[in-house]
Amino acid sequence: MNRINKLFQEKTKDILSVYYTAGYPNLGDTMTIANHLEEAGADMIEIGIPFSDPVADGPTIQESNTIALNNGMTLKVLFDQLGELRQTNSTPVILMGYVNPILQYGLEAFCKTCQQVGVDGLIIPDLPMAEYLNTYRELFEAYDLRNVFLISPQTSDERITEIDTHTDSFIYMVSSAGTTGAKDIFEEKQLNYFKRINSMDLKNPRLIGFGISNNTTFQQATENAQGAIIGSAFIKTLTDSKDLKLDIHQFVKKIKNN
Amino acid sequence: MKYAVDENGYYGNFGGSYIPEMLYPNVEELRVRYLDIINESSFQKEFEYLLKQYVGRPTPLYFAPRLSEKYKSKIYLKREDLCHTGAHKVNNTIGQILLAKELGKQKIIAETGAGQHGVATATVCALMGMECIVYMGEVDIERQRPNVERMKLLGAKVVPATSGSKTLKDATNEAMRHWISHPEDTHYIIGSVVGPHPYPDMVTQFQSVISEEIMKQLEEQEDTQNPDYVIACVGGGSNAAGAFYHYLNNEEVKLVAVEASGKGNATGQSAATTVLGKPGVLHGSKTLLMQTDDGQVVEPYSISAGLDYPGIGPIHAHLFETGRVHFESATDQEAMEAGVELSRLEGIIPAIETAHALAALAKLNLKKSDVVVINLSGRGDKDLDTYIKWGEY
Repeated sequence: MNRINKLFQEKTKDILSVYYTAGYPNLGDTMTIANHLEEAGADMIEIGIPFSDPVADGPTIQESNTIALNNGMTLKVLFDQLGELRQTNSTPVILMGYVNPILQYGLEAFCKTCQQVGVDGLIIPDLPMAEYLNTYRELFEAYDLRNVFLISPQTSDERITEIDTHTDSFIYMVSSAGTTGAKDIFEEKQLNYFKRINSMDLKNPRLIGFGISNNTTFQQATENAQGAIIGSAFIKTLTDSKDLKLDIHQFVKKIKNN
Repeated sequence: MKYAVDENGYYGNFGGSYIPEMLYPNVEELRVRYLDIINESSFQKEFEYLLKQYVGRPTPLYFAPRLSEKYKSKIYLKREDLCHTGAHKVNNTIGQILLAKELGKQKIIAETGAGQHGVATATVCALMGMECIVYMGEVDIERQRPNVERMKLLGAKVVPATSGSKTLKDATNEAMRHWISHPEDTHYIIGSVVGPHPYPDMVTQFQSVISEEIMKQLEEQEDTQNPDYVIACVGGGSNAAGAFYHYLNNEEVKLVAVEASGKGNATGQSAATTVLGKPGVLHGSKTLLMQTDDGQVVEPYSISAGLDYPGIGPIHAHLFETGRVHFESATDQEAMEAGVELSRLEGIIPAIETAHALAALAKLNLKKSDVVVINLSGRGDKDLDTYIKWGEY
């Protein structure tokens, strides 16, 4: 069974998914961070494939992309690093990246290698649903990869229902109109949106992302969804870290407040 | 039309709408409504009125006698440089701001490289009393000071793009990020035939007035609507799309697009996308793109900031792939020489972008009977510094 499906079968509340950029802060940190996250109690791991032009990302993740590329990160290097992933790590892993590097690697080769190294799902923010259904779905399914769609406060109910139909993992709820980046607290407007989607009775679970940075925002998100995704706040922790193991454990603990 | 965009937003293998879901409602609204809006008679009437009385259209189709003598053919210049604000860019910004009004948007954002599209956008925002933010790479702000000040004088806010290479592609990224954060009240006026569908087609339609006029004006002067050649420079490709549009299905008319090859294609210091690029996805569409083997977008180089873009519009990628348009390239040196030549022969100082189109004249083996139309897309006032630094005149 795909590890993402298994996770949502076993756990329906307070799921914490953590994003970081492959090859950041140092080229060789990718697997180290994944393993520390698993030990610290993260439920899912999202590894970003760095890209020169990440339009859906705010300044923190952009900067980490630039540094990772300067460090020499490529998809080939990433797959080499992930070669040992499943020897030590059993947490669901999602790769998040933009269309172009994947196309240049070769779509089928990419999917095949994802399956080989034990990747469970993909988030490709600039891949629209129509393109996914036309050309990508067949390959993703052939290699047991789950595609994760984003929705935002502007997404119509009709489209959310359509997205729900074509999803077999979870729906990524973007917390507010904006790019990735940390917030201290969610306002009434966002909370109403969380509640509105929660009451739609979708077949897929939902994780809320963009703007989760601390226990307050994590709690606000998980009250109305099965869990939350943290990226920029974790990247900042990595940037400042002198001891990855210690800081990652403390970070996860602080978010979950236990 | 054989070369028109299809219902999925593709030109052959190129195009589409590769945008984050957060922008889907905006782009979808445009896709569903743009054709109806721009075909409405009230829209057409206002668009035509502004093009005539505000922009100064129709722009002349000028027979250039001394240039013709030099290249032993009959050369006409389509004088887009005489448009208000000094380039063809304003045709599109007039169209898009009317569209934005129709969509009920109150704010406008735009990206700009050399600053021509930024100025054209700031101009129409002043005209319509709308708030205007223009994103411009930090590097470009430094090298295009006069246009930055023109935008500010016109009331626009110029925001430096400080990410990545700090040039046009990064300004485009920042504009898209701004739009993601302000989807409800803001319209993004893209300046070229790039971006997600329907932008490439929409911008092409607004610029197609260029070839519409060429046909009429050539008929008056040459008794035929059809020249042997139409030549235009291509960065993203909006002036070329406009100059080619009504000739696309008329295969007798040879269409020539001229890219900037900087210091030479072999040096890698070039912006000639059809030579150095391969299919990829950037800024919302699949097109030819200069990139590394790993799919990272490569920073192009050209002396002309307006041609300094790592992709081309998907319509041009298709016209290149099908062979309908012949692609040439001109180096910095060739373009600068052609710019000086036009200044000396005809008393017209062209924009350095446009000078690339002129540089193709020497490469085409023209016959004495050939009628050639060059789209003179912009004037050279903004480039005086570059001409001065180059110095060979």
